[in-house]
Amino acid sequence: MSAASRRELLQVADLRTRLHTGDAVVRAVDGLTFSIGRGETFALLGESGCGKSMTALSVMRLLPEAGQVAGGTVRLDGTDLLALPEVAMRGVRGRRVAMIFQEPGTSLNPVLTVGEQIMEVLDRHTPLRGDAARRRVIELLEQVGIPDPVRRVGEYPFHLSGGMKQRVMIATALAGEPDLLIADEPTTALDVTIQAQVLELIRSLQARTGMAILLITHDLGVVSEMAHRVAVMYAGEIVETASRERFFSSPAHPYSRKLFDSLPRQGKRGANLAVIRGAVPPLTREFGGCRFADRCDFAWDLCRGTVPPAVALEDGQTVRCHLYSEPRAESGGRRDQSRDEGEARRAEGPASGQRSAVSGQASAPSLAGSEAQLLKVAELKVHFPIHRGLFKRVVGQVMAVDGVSLGLAPGRTLALVGESGCGKTTVAKGILRLIPPTAGSVRFAGVDLAGLAPAELRVRRAEFQIIFQDPYASLNPRMRVVEIIEEGMTALGVGGSGTGRWQEVDRLLGQVGLPPEAKFRYPHEFSGGQRQRIAIARALAVNPKLLICDEPTSALDVSVQAQILNLLKELQERLGLAFLFITHNISVVEYLAHEVAVMYLGRIVEHGPVEEVLNRPKHPYTRALLSAVPVIDRETKREVIRLQGDLPSPANPPAGCHFHPRCPQAMTECREHYPGVTQLAPGQEVRCFLYGSGETTAS
Amino acid sequence: MLAFKPVILWTDALIYVLIAVAAVFAWHVRRREHLLAPWKRVAHSPSGMASLVVLVFFVAAGLLDSVHFRPALEAKNAGEPVYSVDVLSLLDVVTTDLRQRTEKTYSAPFAAHLFAKETVEHPDGTQVREFPRLRFGAAHLKDPERELAADVLANGGRGVLAGIALWLAVVVGFTAGLAAGSRRSVSATWSAIWRGGTEVPWRAVYVALAVMLVLAGATVALAAKYHVFGTDKVGQDVLYLALKSIRTGLVIGTLTTLVMLPFALLLGIMAGYFRGWVDDVIQYVYTTLSSIPGVLLIAAFILMMQVYVETRPDLFDTTAARADIRLLFLCIILGVTSWTGLCRLLRGEALKLREMEYIQAAHAFGVSHWRVITRHILPNVMHIVLIAVVMDFSGLVLSEAVLSYVGVGVDPSMISFGTMINAARLEMAREPMVWWSLAAAFVFMLALVLCANLFADAVRDAFDPRVRTLRLEPAAAGGEAKA
Amino acid sequence: MLNYIIRRVLYAIPILIGVNLLTFVLFFVVNTPDDMARMQLGIKRVTPEAIAKWKAERGYDRPLLYSAQASGAAKVTDTIFFQKSVALFAFRFGRADDGRDIAHEITTRMGPSLAIAVPVFILGLFVYLNLALLMAFFRATYVDFWGVVTCVVLMSISSLFYIIGGQFLVSKLWHLVPISGYGGGIDTFKFLALPVVVGVVSAAGANARWYRTIFLEEIGKDYVRTARAKGLSEARVLFRHVLQNAMIPILTGVVVVIPLLFLGGLITESFFGIPGLGSYTIDAINSQDFAVVRSMVFLGSVLYIVGLILTDISYTLVDPRVRLE
Repeated sequence: MSAASRRELLQVADLRTRLHTGDAVVRAVDGLTFSIGRGETFALLGESGCGKSMTALSVMRLLPEAGQVAGGTVRLDGTDLLALPEVAMRGVRGRRVAMIFQEPGTSLNPVLTVGEQIMEVLDRHTPLRGDAARRRVIELLEQVGIPDPVRRVGEYPFHLSGGMKQRVMIATALAGEPDLLIADEPTTALDVTIQAQVLELIRSLQARTGMAILLITHDLGVVSEMAHRVAVMYAGEIVETASRERFFSSPAHPYSRKLFDSLPRQGKRGANLAVIRGAVPPLTREFGGCRFADRCDFAWDLCRGTVPPAVALEDGQTVRCHLYSEPRAESGGRRDQSRDEGEARRAEGPASGQRSAVSGQASAPSLAGSEAQLLKVAELKVHFPIHRGLFKRVVGQVMAVDGVSLGLAPGRTLALVGESGCGKTTVAKGILRLIPPTAGSVRFAGVDLAGLAPAELRVRRAEFQIIFQDPYASLNPRMRVVEIIEEGMTALGVGGSGTGRWQEVDRLLGQVGLPPEAKFRYPHEFSGGQRQRIAIARALAVNPKLLICDEPTSALDVSVQAQILNLLKELQERLGLAFLFITHNISVVEYLAHEVAVMYLGRIVEHGPVEEVLNRPKHPYTRALLSAVPVIDRETKREVIRLQGDLPSPANPPAGCHFHPRCPQAMTECREHYPGVTQLAPGQEVRCFLYGSGETTAS
Repeated sequence: MLAFKPVILWTDALIYVLIAVAAVFAWHVRRREHLLAPWKRVAHSPSGMASLVVLVFFVAAGLLDSVHFRPALEAKNAGEPVYSVDVLSLLDVVTTDLRQRTEKTYSAPFAAHLFAKETVEHPDGTQVREFPRLRFGAAHLKDPERELAADVLANGGRGVLAGIALWLAVVVGFTAGLAAGSRRSVSATWSAIWRGGTEVPWRAVYVALAVMLVLAGATVALAAKYHVFGTDKVGQDVLYLALKSIRTGLVIGTLTTLVMLPFALLLGIMAGYFRGWVDDVIQYVYTTLSSIPGVLLIAAFILMMQVYVETRPDLFDTTAARADIRLLFLCIILGVTSWTGLCRLLRGEALKLREMEYIQAAHAFGVSHWRVITRHILPNVMHIVLIAVVMDFSGLVLSEAVLSYVGVGVDPSMISFGTMINAARLEMAREPMVWWSLAAAFVFMLALVLCANLFADAVRDAFDPRVRTLRLEPAAAGGEAKA
Repeated sequence: MLNYIIRRVLYAIPILIGVNLLTFVLFFVVNTPDDMARMQLGIKRVTPEAIAKWKAERGYDRPLLYSAQASGAAKVTDTIFFQKSVALFAFRFGRADDGRDIAHEITTRMGPSLAIAVPVFILGLFVYLNLALLMAFFRATYVDFWGVVTCVVLMSISSLFYIIGGQFLVSKLWHLVPISGYGGGIDTFKFLALPVVVGVVSAAGANARWYRTIFLEEIGKDYVRTARAKGLSEARVLFRHVLQNAMIPILTGVVVVIPLLFLGGLITESFFGIPGLGSYTIDAINSQDFAVVRSMVFLGSVLYIVGLILTDISYTLVDPRVRLE
């Protein structure tokens, strides 16, 4: 089907948007052209800062006050939205084009009820009033799967969970029965199980209403599950457009291919992930060539000197790359060669790239039998008292961590997996005694940390360190890199003093791939990935044996994530570090971990070697979690389990098995007792009545 | 033998400390690019830089007035120098003429005659009720009725010309310096400045400087022969009073924050960082203090202080010392009433910061609390402190006037805007009205407070990360609009 | 709700005890009653007899904290601390130097104070909010720019000048209303007009600018973008969405002063000769009437704490997230 023959709903041509920041003009969107057909889901894919959100806001004409559309047209059914007067544009917003945003938490007005916020749209765009409007609101809430909508109408956003809020946002967007829904990262702020619910909801609504969707995302998995067509954005322009099938089977642009290569997955264990060197060029300058040239493996002189045109390939695929732009006869070979290279590389999988020195998994001893446990956590509990009343009486406990046991041997990686609020970060802080544990023991190299006096603990702190999620919050902006790295060395008295210590800092920086000059600079001069390297160097400065990694890559783009994962892997091999890797990202687990522990509401529900748990999950929660992860490879269909509802509050967990209210296989005894540990194989445990009662613990 | 004996009053000493602190701070900031960056943003604000020029004049007057001494008296006492009981300042020396040329009572600005009729005995023995000539004001004129206006214009004009000449000299020299610094021709630099194309808005600085120098030139030229702002009840030159008031205002505006800063910083950070019972105690203290309405607490405190000082004349011998100690106490009590706001702000910020990951990382290294507070928390709340200090300044200058009116401000013998207004207010009912004291206080206060406010806005805009996001505004009203 | 209020009132007790101790230390420990007597009677020519008489008249002739001579409970009660400080909790303020009952003075003077303070408060809030909304609506235009400039100039002028200027223009030059004074009946309006207008104008700059900042901060939030994406007009966004959210921070500063309106305005009242609590306080300060000042300090903190409680309650009205438990 050729692009011209379809009836296009939205046609964007040569859209250019500028942001006036204090010092310079940022070309956030620079000559964007695409179109969306009726009933089609069009995904705009790109890493942070590439201008995809600005594109959406330009279409809606809702740019921040510093932004301004500098040129181009946005035609909706032939009408140029950019030329409409503001009053007419208000008739389009919410009625013809609706939008939902990334943060459902802040996108709803906190002081208006759910009903009022939806009613507002009806009031503005439909003739419905009074009872009819109210009925319509309830109907809409029902449509988006909100239980008990009659009651919810009068509730405020703060009563609702994140997933519910996003459903309300969707209901608000649907109220005007729009032809086009713009969804700006609609599930990025949500957990995977909730993300799966919301994506399915959007899909089913589209099937029912036939609206077109402009989906803005950075997640290849989400694109694969949702999109009909895909456009890849890089530095303010679209570098490739293709149908989903075409895009996932043969991505053309070197940048698209790199994105695929840098995704961690099980097949790439033992190999390094592909990385995109360098960084996105600043959008304040004018480009005289290909924007990706400086980071591209195939770039030659032409790429730097001439802007590549959009070249049409078969099946409606277009790509903006000189590899494809030369006359066909001549370029065919070249293009095929380069593409073959890329494809070959992906097909090769683990074999390509730099092979690691030790192929981690096979040679490492199995954990269960190992006596040389570095870390042994037994029945760790961290409870936070809830104070209330005149004398701040303790009226309850938030059981953030409620009896967690795990073990970790030197040189191994244990992944602790769970959704937000399950207590995995609290486990880390409890182990490090950044938060005093309520009960249980943490034995590190044979010594119980939980029982140590502060002075004794301080001496041992050099042996276990932590790196955090947010590279912007984890470095003090007022300290130079050298002071940041030296801090631990000074406090713990390692690494000598004077020039000796500076040499040590240079060595550490080299170890994480930064030049020695970096030490006299301040954190704000570094990118997110570089900051995370500095944070790693800071932790390594005191020669730890155990490194707790608390979601170290979740704030980073995929290509940067690949760099950090490569680095961590290399450090483990070189220094024999043990990692406790806390994450919600299953593909990172697949790539990096030796063992996995799955947490739900303060307890570990399943624990075992990574291949076992990920390929043959036992616990219903693990199965649901894994099936909720959007997969790129849609051919290998997994069993689909959609969980209902949200994670309950750890202050008031359900009786019996905490998971039973959401469990599709719940039985009577699940409601009464918490299941004990069932040993399935050495080193593999599960807490579920489906596998026997184990040593039942009352709850 | 020295011609004078230096006197360091309490507030003088504290001002010197303040200057030293500021100098150390500036030296510290200069060498650190990231600390310098917000200051550069301040330097890029036209209104901020223009008000800074005006403030420099005020600060210069205030500093001159903060170097005190007792001059030696003529009377020799067997080689032993005898010093006057009057404590003078450098400003007094500079303005000796203004200070010593006192008339009998009220006279209007540029007047040649007193404001009130008096019975005058003429040389021929007749007694007439008339407006007598002033002893100093316009004394050089034979026939003021005819000559006055022309003479004022001529003198004023000369002053203006002198001001312009001085301005030209400064501007040409400075522009040449800039040109040399940036390796461009003087004319190119000059035109860049006038087009407003320089990073630092030198055009605004030049304009503000021109206004100040022209005004200063005219005032200096006229003040030699006239009472520019008239005289007050006891015949003191009002211009002199206004100049002397500057120091009082500056002292109150700056020393108050200096006095309260250690409390607010220490207690606020401790409350937020340690939480628990430390937080409870500190919160209790500041809720209690802030629950007493400020004026009443100040009134109670000043009343009691007055009793204390009055009943112990041996401790405070000179009037200057007594007035000075009262000024210091006023600063302290103003500080006590105003630290609670900053303390609450810092507590909130420390609560936020203690959860920051870099502080968690420091804890993971076993870094001591004291080091965490000094190396991590303190540097990251300094921008809040700075904003609070500059924002408080103008409010404190204004409250001095009100407190002095209420009777719990500075000592009645101390010259301040408050005492000036208070004295002038009593003459409101006079017909025709004695308005010039009020006018002088109004002009000087407005200039000082307005410039302080504009400068404070520039500082806040540059340092507050929240405001910067608000300032992304379209080019139309662009950089001028203030968030 | 009732439970919450009771609890808050209980919380207030330690704070009032703190205020009480502070004033006790300030008035009776830093300076002994002898010092005060010497001060009031004149430092030079004062006899021990006169001091004793002065103290006896005011009941300052008791021991500070503990009366060894008295018996039983009187050992504690017959002290300055109990008679002068603890008595305040029962609102027993005692007598002023001129012999009048302070509590009676307070009740009679509250009326005139409120007559000025309440109109200033209500009118002011209305005017400032509207000015701020206007500037926020026309943000980043010249209306906004000059509005802010005007605000900064207005807030740079001492409140004394507003009063003096107002009296000069309106009363002396134009002879519209009396310069000062206070009367009953229809005259009340004539006497109050000027002080009220002056009161509103003198605080206009700072408040309008502050509210504008709050509005702009709210306008930058995500939910405002959502509201616009629904196709709502800018005015509707401002009034329905922004205003209600902005009221939350505005209330913090506004509600807490409501009880303090009873105390009136110190300067306004004394300038305009209004027999309210403000001018009462000023007169007491000028005549060094310690008993009155002490009473007003205590009354002020009681009212402030009431204001804090009212603030918390008012949150429940505008912010559904706040529930008092």
